[in-house]
Amino acid sequence: MTRERVRKIQSLVALSMSTLAAVFGLFWLVFILGDVLAHGMKALNLSLFTMDPAPPGVDGGGLRNAFVGQMMITVFATILGVPIGVLGGTFLAEYGRGTRLAMVISILSDIMVSVPSIVVGIFVYAILVRPFGHFNGWAGAVALSIIMIPVVLRTTEDMLSLVPWTLREAAFALGAPYYKVIIQVVYRGAATGILTGILLSIARVSGETAPLLFTSFNNSFFSTNMNEPISSLTVTIFQYAMGPYDDWHAQAWAASFMMTVFILILTITGRAVLKWRYRR
Amino acid sequence: MPRLSKRNPIDIAFSSITAIASISVILFIAGIFYVLITRSSLSIQRFGIIKFLISTDWDPVRESFGAATAIFGTVVTTTLSLMIAIPVAIGIAIFVTEVAPNFLKGPIGMAIELLAAIPSIIYGMWGLFTISPIMGNYIEPALQNSIGKLPLVGMLFQGTPMGIDLLTASIILSIMIIPFTASISRDSFNLTPAVVKESAYALGATKWEVVKDVVIPYSKLGVFGGIILSLGRALGETMAVAFVLGNNHRITTSLFDAAATITVTLANEFTEADTDIYLSSLFNLALVLFILSFITLAAAKLILLKSEKRHSR
Repeated sequence: MTRERVRKIQSLVALSMSTLAAVFGLFWLVFILGDVLAHGMKALNLSLFTMDPAPPGVDGGGLRNAFVGQMMITVFATILGVPIGVLGGTFLAEYGRGTRLAMVISILSDIMVSVPSIVVGIFVYAILVRPFGHFNGWAGAVALSIIMIPVVLRTTEDMLSLVPWTLREAAFALGAPYYKVIIQVVYRGAATGILTGILLSIARVSGETAPLLFTSFNNSFFSTNMNEPISSLTVTIFQYAMGPYDDWHAQAWAASFMMTVFILILTITGRAVLKWRYRR
Repeated sequence: MPRLSKRNPIDIAFSSITAIASISVILFIAGIFYVLITRSSLSIQRFGIIKFLISTDWDPVRESFGAATAIFGTVVTTTLSLMIAIPVAIGIAIFVTEVAPNFLKGPIGMAIELLAAIPSIIYGMWGLFTISPIMGNYIEPALQNSIGKLPLVGMLFQGTPMGIDLLTASIILSIMIIPFTASISRDSFNLTPAVVKESAYALGATKWEVVKDVVIPYSKLGVFGGIILSLGRALGETMAVAFVLGNNHRITTSLFDAAATITVTLANEFTEADTDIYLSSLFNLALVLFILSFITLAAAKLILLKSEKRHSR
């Protein structure tokens, strides 16, 4: 065999391996989504959304409390986290641009994004649960917002940096002070990007379980009181999946199905918008 | 003209607010360190730093705690999952950047990123109900009957295959981190200038030779940073492994044994800790995890920054 042939075969083998790797990766995506879909659809019914959990071992009941609780925790986390994230990102991209402080904060935010979320849960437990003596919904919302802030902050910084500098200069030339330039020109230019970033960060935190385990805990009754333990879908899934009842397992699958659909829709929309807005 | 050089008061207020908002990130990190250190002081005083790290005791009844078993579980699952994930992730990155036809590049990249968006609790539950029985009934007995018979290596495959063990947890963890590593590797590969690749092709190089001798050397720093970042993620992953590891505090030689990681211990025992020393030891464990992952993630970030700087030159 000539040297050329050997090299060609080598190339073919190596590239086939990489194709196999991609198939392997896609296989898991199809497997996990298909599994969640199959089990989830089977268990899906109206009472899941309209009824509260039945006592353990009794058939029927739903997860209305968990859906409502999850929504409340996520909404409050967004209300707490988004303004801080957007404003912080504004500092990094505008007032603090190029300074050492902004660089350090940017790096620390990147680290914070990947810090184990269970540690954040433990931190919030120590500051918001222990002192009050009981688990509460606010602690859960704060834990999620702490995870959310660095994500929003970094996206905002990136999106603001994409706004051309000449646009700001044009506004400065008209005599506008910097805050007006930021609010009326820069924010407007980056609005799609920032909103998408917020959407993706909501998708990110609404799947978080570990930070809620020791903060909002769980509640098998319907409650909208954020001062009390409040149920969330993720913690309920954990509890139900680990539990001994088949009925619980089915409901855990149904809840997982709803959550996966919600998160994937947010993620796909977010990514599609970003692509449409910035890649062209 | 002093009036013009003076800054608008609203502007000063707005800039201060944004500065405070961004400093919140520093406060969170400092706050986490402070809280974890003060809360674990009881445990640190009782057991000492070194003794806590190397003691294999985890006995709530005798109130004797050590982190070694949990650290062992974390290290084994992380290492094993990276061993599975890295080759696959790099293969995917090569496929997406060099092999796939253009119309497939976007969708496959998107699909891999969706894999990253699925919450870890779904991975965990899927692992418990779907993967763990498959592992316990088919794959693990098969492994035991083939490689398990070999001397020395066979030690890793002893015991009754139950599917709730280190191997299953590592596999699920690896599926979770493949997308991170793959997308960062892809981004690094994409940074290779087309001109450099074209010159290699012009010299008669095959596609694989271009990947092996041009693209990978050019982007190795970025890929390495991505791997370290995945390591940091894997260290702190909780829910994906909590379902299928069994929370068993012992150091084992077999991958078919249940074990505990730092995160699994925290998730399972934190709300059950009934004594001060127990709780304090759990805080101590969280501190160990936080320091470990913080150092790993900081290293990853610095490596990635360095690789970015190299490419922008």
